[in-house]
Amino acid sequence: MFYVAGALTLGGALGVVISRNIVYAAFALFVSLLGVAGLFLLAVAEFLALVQVLIYGGAIVIVILFTLMLTRIQDFQHLSDNPQWPAAAVVAIAIFGLLVASVVFTEVRTTQSQRIGFESMSETLFRNWAVPFEVASLVLLVALIGAVVMVREDGDRRD
Amino acid sequence: MIGVIELAHFQVLAAALFAIGLYGVLARRSAVLILMSIELMLNAVNINLIGYAAFVEMAQPQRELGHVLVIFVITIAAAELALAVAIILRLYRNRSSVNVDEIDVLKW
Repeated sequence: MFYVAGALTLGGALGVVISRNIVYAAFALFVSLLGVAGLFLLAVAEFLALVQVLIYGGAIVIVILFTLMLTRIQDFQHLSDNPQWPAAAVVAIAIFGLLVASVVFTEVRTTQSQRIGFESMSETLFRNWAVPFEVASLVLLVALIGAVVMVREDGDRRD
Repeated sequence: MIGVIELAHFQVLAAALFAIGLYGVLARRSAVLILMSIELMLNAVNINLIGYAAFVEMAQPQRELGHVLVIFVITIAAAELALAVAIILRLYRNRSSVNVDEIDVLKW
């Protein structure tokens, strides 16, 4: 099961960065995010898997598809990469090697997978982390209002 | 049971996902694709957090903190996506292009 979810995740991610067609890239992103939700399920985090499917699968991919719809449509078929892509590949592989090396050489005491119940997690969230939660909701509100203001036609603001 | 899955699986997978997202950020030209790659990197971080929260030996409040942190990361990612989409649409309206190498107004 882990390998299926991992293959979905990594395959979708490769589809995002390799695909020439930007709409296919968006759907590959959807597949990858569903794979991540499967990984959350395997780590017995059911609530977060649900949140992942709803927010990422439902909202973020839709917003990205709307962005594609509102920007130039004739470029979708033939995306090109930066001329710096070999350097980017080298950097990415180097970062991957660094991360794997740090995983291998770090001792962590592991246990069997531990389940976090809905109740205990929500209690932690709303009791110990209530203020950061409210701040996060404020950040979301400000970001959305800012987005609306930014894309508005500014004909009504001219004096 | 799923006892064969270990923390290292999650860590290596998150590292691979992060590296793929980094490659996407550095190599693609379209701003929308760069945005998608940033989402991939954020997801890699989330996988790592969940893996640690599930498999590392630690007290219960720290485990719950891992899950709470993932919720915050998802929230901030949504806010960041909304703002980035607004900026991309604005750029498209002004410059009629979303390729990042053609948007060089800030280049000195």
